Amino acid sequence: MGLIDYEKQYDVIVVGAGHAGCEAALAAARMGCESLLLTINLDAIALMSCNPAIGGLAKGHLVREIDALGGEMGKNIDATGIQFRILNTRKGPAVRASRAQADKQLYRLRMKHVMEQQDRLSLKQAEVTGLVVEEDRVRGVVTKVGVRFLAETVILTTGTFMRGLIHVGLTHYPGGRAGDLPSVGLSDQLQEIGFTVGRLKTGTPARLDGRTIDFSRLEPQYGDDPPVPFSFSTEAIDRPQIPCYIAYTNERSHEIIRSGLDRSPLYSGVIEGIGPRYCPSIEDKVMRFPDKDRHQTFLEPEGRDTVEYYPSGLSTSLPVDIQYRFYRSIQGLENVEIMRPAYAIEYDYVDPIQLHASLETKLIRNLYHAGQINGTSGYEEAAGQGLMAGINAALRVGGREPLVLGRSDAYLGVMIDDLVTLGTREPYRMFTSRAEYRLLLREDNADLRLREQGHGVGLVREEEYGRFVEKRQRIGAELERLRGTKLLPSEADPDFLSAFGMTGLQNALTFEQLLRRPDITYEELRRIDSLAADVPPAVQEQVEIQIKYQGYIERQLDQVERSRKLEGTRIPADLEYAAIPGLSAEVREKLEKFRPDTLGQASRIQGVTPAAVGILSLAIKARG
Amino acid sequence: MYTEDTIAAISTPVGEGGIGIIRVSGPASGAIARRIVRHAMNGDLESHRFCYGSVIDPSTGDTVDEVMVVLMRAPRSFTREDVLEIQCHGGYLVTRRVLDAVLACGVRLAEPGEFTLRAFLNGRIDLVQAEAVIDVIRSKTEAALSLAQHQREGRLSERLGTVRDGLRHALALVEAFIDFPEDDVDPAAQAEIEAKSRQALGLIRELLSGFDEGRVLREGVSVLIAGKPNVGKSSLLNTLLQEKRSIVTSVPGTTRDIIEEVVNVKGLPLRMLDTAGIRETEDIVEREGVRLTLEKIPQADLVLFVLDGGRPFDDDDRMLLDALEGKRFIVVVNKSDLVLHLELPASLAGVTQVAISTATGEGIVDLREAVFQAFIHGVAIDSREYVALSQSRHWDALAKAQECIQTFLANLAASQTLELLAVDLKDALHAVGEVTGETTPDDVLDLIFQRFCIGK
Repeated sequence: MGLIDYEKQYDVIVVGAGHAGCEAALAAARMGCESLLLTINLDAIALMSCNPAIGGLAKGHLVREIDALGGEMGKNIDATGIQFRILNTRKGPAVRASRAQADKQLYRLRMKHVMEQQDRLSLKQAEVTGLVVEEDRVRGVVTKVGVRFLAETVILTTGTFMRGLIHVGLTHYPGGRAGDLPSVGLSDQLQEIGFTVGRLKTGTPARLDGRTIDFSRLEPQYGDDPPVPFSFSTEAIDRPQIPCYIAYTNERSHEIIRSGLDRSPLYSGVIEGIGPRYCPSIEDKVMRFPDKDRHQTFLEPEGRDTVEYYPSGLSTSLPVDIQYRFYRSIQGLENVEIMRPAYAIEYDYVDPIQLHASLETKLIRNLYHAGQINGTSGYEEAAGQGLMAGINAALRVGGREPLVLGRSDAYLGVMIDDLVTLGTREPYRMFTSRAEYRLLLREDNADLRLREQGHGVGLVREEEYGRFVEKRQRIGAELERLRGTKLLPSEADPDFLSAFGMTGLQNALTFEQLLRRPDITYEELRRIDSLAADVPPAVQEQVEIQIKYQGYIERQLDQVERSRKLEGTRIPADLEYAAIPGLSAEVREKLEKFRPDTLGQASRIQGVTPAAVGILSLAIKARG
Repeated sequence: MYTEDTIAAISTPVGEGGIGIIRVSGPASGAIARRIVRHAMNGDLESHRFCYGSVIDPSTGDTVDEVMVVLMRAPRSFTREDVLEIQCHGGYLVTRRVLDAVLACGVRLAEPGEFTLRAFLNGRIDLVQAEAVIDVIRSKTEAALSLAQHQREGRLSERLGTVRDGLRHALALVEAFIDFPEDDVDPAAQAEIEAKSRQALGLIRELLSGFDEGRVLREGVSVLIAGKPNVGKSSLLNTLLQEKRSIVTSVPGTTRDIIEEVVNVKGLPLRMLDTAGIRETEDIVEREGVRLTLEKIPQADLVLFVLDGGRPFDDDDRMLLDALEGKRFIVVVNKSDLVLHLELPASLAGVTQVAISTATGEGIVDLREAVFQAFIHGVAIDSREYVALSQSRHWDALAKAQECIQTFLANLAASQTLELLAVDLKDALHAVGEVTGETTPDDVLDLIFQRFCIGK
């Protein structure tokens, strides 16, 4: 069969228009690349296939980082969110995280609109069935209807679509998502090329008809007032917010689940893919925690103009009759109607240890993978990888070095390093506990960490960058001021002193010293600091955190400094581990399998001892 | 291996030498000299000039020992870094106390071969020399690993495992509270965080107090002479006990047949196990004698596996050899004065072998040296790490862990935020990890998922 060559040649082709694909295509186009985005369904751009929410622990951090680098996700949720909350407000500044409910349809429509307005970006509906590869380098893609699109670089963001298989009870059928076709052929070709392809599973709950929910019997959960935006560029959010509702399963619900297990594709062994432990189906929860007499769910609205509700934590692959009986066993849902049934989906992923830290594949030059194809789950994880793949593809087109963020720079760096160094066997989700420098990687300082890089690659607009530079200067100036301003015992307000147990103070204290005390906040300091009122809240927050946590922050910075040499030492790609004296067989085998790019990566592979890293560093040095 | 901090170690062999040298290398060397050495000259030490003074314990101000010190400024030193050498009196305890004073200034205990590694990295020695270092690093760390495995069966690592599990558990609870704020994590778990870490702290304290590394030299090590009947165990024992330079004492044991004879080898006391048994079993039926020996093996720090050079390696020898799996031992081929009929099995390649003759006394000096080397700093004689080093490592790591847990508990009592509590716990786990192996974030997540029904 002859292929039709499309007349135009691109710099970057992005396959897939989910959260990874959108960021990748926008980044590439914004960085000046002629870009093409191909998707199976143009009406499903940036569709939230599972829960209608953005952010959460570690995920909110990712969104802020994406925003700081010049990505779109933060702006998009700020523009379409219907409820905003900050989680973990009392557990410390680094683990504070933003979360928002989205209006699902508005979210995708706004993203589509932004993409359509983007110069140098074309959107086309097509199913990609293969790659054009010449001499271990990608040249373009082939679509199902026989069109060949050529490009310098290709980014695969296939989500759950590669050999997607949907399960409802013992019934299953091919699909990329309920209502969409799967992508067939691509993963076969990837395997032929030599990629290790595995199978994962995920699931989603039913969507419930809000007209049949008795909200009077449920506990509402409201957003914060005023809502705090995700994006550093959003001034304020003034849309009214709508609540979620909390409901609980009960013993009867669990009995119903158990009664359907003989028709569960999971428990009967029909599903082979590995599912995420942090997002178990309700049958998993009931079976694994038999002593728990109830499980919590949040009923999340899917939008302002729809009656569809998403019951979080209640995904299932049990048959539809069990689904009805189960959801109706919950208080408040006695008469609920299901609008879309719950289902599980199995899909192919490509083990991410086959990637460089730039997300380029080790096997095929100029080919990048981002999102669920790398074994991750979550919109934010996908968007973050999409952004980095887009940036790095564009940098390659421009003949520039890739942008690789370190583990001490960003959650994005932690995630990508985890993926490419260790691979993954279950869907990978970001947790704050994965970051060893957690205190440094806060939502509040994402701009201080990453704006410079975003601007450097050309993604952060000048006006946004200017505002950032000004903020950074004000933070510096305010720290100086607090260091230089003193509270003199002779002139101090006695009420203030007694309020903080400092009556009888002998020596002058700087405002910095005062702020370091756990009981004195910036707010409190204003009682004696007449100039504090003029300091913008974002600067106040930064100054307060930097001063209060200085000791711990410095400890982590010290650790970062210690590991810098390892992280910065590259292992030559052609290094022959077998020729290095002194490596044990076990270590050698591990290194040959994972082929780390740096000594830092090598040191994180389980079983690679510090001594082995020492030997490697000697061997690299000896090569000169 | 991080190579830019300051490291220290005792550089002379452990034992009762006349002099002991503590070597310090790295940017803080000069500052350490200022802090802990009191000397006649005012101000800083002059580079490459010996100076008389005394070492001061930085925490108490007490004098530790009279010393000679020399500071060698970079690059004119062995490592091409600033190097401080402190020469103090010999003997295990004195050198260790001087080292402790240095470590108390925030210096890290050097890894095996690390001074040489630095010398190479800084271009002081060439690759041929460096490759020798690689072998040293490797043999020592892998031997340390096998020691750890060996000890895993013992009480020590069992305890350490409990410490680690307790800390992991506490950390998993803290992390669950942090990472899953929307899931209904059991509030009762909060009390458990404190209980688990207190328990870990208690265990560490107990280990530290009973785990004085000077023990090896003060109390000695237990040595068992094993072999089938009539290979000369008894004569070997007598030879060792009658060695002129040995100090021989008899210590009445607490149980029936344990009369311990102590042999002093270059300051290292060897407690000879089951001397009575050896004498008795020489003349009972062979199988029975071998069986009795087998029972004693687990108690010994070192086994002298005696073979008869005049007889082939037989099933009884093999049975004993099998029982020595995972044990530190030296092969002693007796009757080397006779015609050799013994052919050693291939599995004994790499194990230290000493040929002796109890009849002529030949080889006994070599055997004493081999026994000494098996335990004391310097050369590992078999594939195993010596007790003294790994113990001081363990001690170091546990002391660090203890400090971290104390900080954690203090912060917990002060209602410090969870994210800072997690830092303290992670530091504690990291310290314990230096002995037991690291705890990865995945290990902690595993625990969270086992324990809590989490997810949405």
